[in-house]
Amino acid sequence: MKAIYSLFLVFALVLVALLGAGAGGMHYLFGVIIPYVAVVLFVAGFVMRVIRWGKSPVPFRIPTTCGQEFSLPWIKQNKIDNPSTTWGVILRMFFEIVLFRSLFRNTRVELHDGPKLAYASNKWLWLFALLFHYSFLTIFLRHMRLFTEPVPGFFQALESVDGMLQIGVPSLYLTDVVIVVAATYLFLRRVVIPQVRYVSLPADYFPLFLILGIVLSGIFMRYFVKTDIVSVKELTMGLVTFHPRIPEGVGTIFYIHVFLVSVLLIYFPFSKLMHMGGVFLSPTRNLANNNRMKIHVNPWNYPVKVHTYEAYEDEFREKMVEAGLPVEKPLEQQPENKE
Amino acid sequence: MYDGGKIIAGLAVFVLLFTFPFWYNIGNAAYTKPKLELPKDAKECVEKTEWMRAEHMQLLNEWRDEAIREGHHTYKNMVTGKVYKKSLTKTCLKCHAQKDKFCDRCHESLSVHPYCWDCHVAPKGDK
Repeated sequence: MKAIYSLFLVFALVLVALLGAGAGGMHYLFGVIIPYVAVVLFVAGFVMRVIRWGKSPVPFRIPTTCGQEFSLPWIKQNKIDNPSTTWGVILRMFFEIVLFRSLFRNTRVELHDGPKLAYASNKWLWLFALLFHYSFLTIFLRHMRLFTEPVPGFFQALESVDGMLQIGVPSLYLTDVVIVVAATYLFLRRVVIPQVRYVSLPADYFPLFLILGIVLSGIFMRYFVKTDIVSVKELTMGLVTFHPRIPEGVGTIFYIHVFLVSVLLIYFPFSKLMHMGGVFLSPTRNLANNNRMKIHVNPWNYPVKVHTYEAYEDEFREKMVEAGLPVEKPLEQQPENKE
Repeated sequence: MYDGGKIIAGLAVFVLLFTFPFWYNIGNAAYTKPKLELPKDAKECVEKTEWMRAEHMQLLNEWRDEAIREGHHTYKNMVTGKVYKKSLTKTCLKCHAQKDKFCDRCHESLSVHPYCWDCHVAPKGDK
């Protein structure tokens, strides 16, 4: 139900672009205004969200420890999974961000007759997540050919590697295939595994369908429903040089694609997709496990007014003695000292 | 803000990278559609201009497969039925004699690298 709701939301978005830009002919709105608004909201929203995270204190050292901590000299430390130095943390973060190292440790739990609890390695999520993210990155970078003139050699090289199989014309990009397969896996995983389905919300399905919608509309535009790509570049170059104009001959499929991308950009800072920035700010990953080497003071500690027992006894000693309560300093000494 | 220096630096790098196309093009000449040099002695292509613009790559691919692998050498225009020989060198390049003034203009602008010239000898275009 949650999946269908999200799917129809994406259909509705396609319909909005189809009616607005296609039937309504509002090309300037869908080709210029909405993309600009989307980029501004994306950047501003992203920055504000990260700053808000930065303002929240981390009162405790809470690194997750996934290996032997720094200890006695003859005990071998796991320097990546339980780092005690900044360099160890940098290495840990590097592997986390580039290779999704913690996802590689993903396990499956099974309950067998007996009852016996069994854990097994489960690498599929890691594999498809990695494929998905790298395809997305490659596709994003490849699109720079429409936003730069002349196109830098790096993007050209990336493109020729992506199309190296030279299947058909326009030549098939490997990432186009991989991202569809990977996103489909990520969706099916949520539907097929009961435990995962139970914890899945529209906020999980919607971005998946939205990204699939973007990918499919892009694939359609490249291979099937062609549009005049030279006019498209004229439009996109107009956007990035702040001389927006709508050239003739740009098809509705382009406006659908751009509208879905704009929705993704606007949705991004408000959604779980912010893990892109959040991964850098995860205290369970980016703190060194030096809990026992350094004193860590809670940042919101303020000087507390204390009333020690000694001061308390000084204040009430006479009354305490009168009431027969034991005192640490006897009362008799004081008058003697005074006299 | 805690660790503010690092967070602000990271954000600055992110914003700089994301806005790459906005500052990369500063100072470059405004983008204009590549101008194609059309053949002077021919009025029409094997199909309509709009269709050719979108589908020429597929047409050439089919021509290659049909001519080289299946031995069908004639192509009929879809509207008028006019017959052409399926040949890049003898049909296409007969009119569009200089690839650097026709093919390459759009391809370079859009960073498209067709592999026609891996096998075919590229016309010199120095007429």
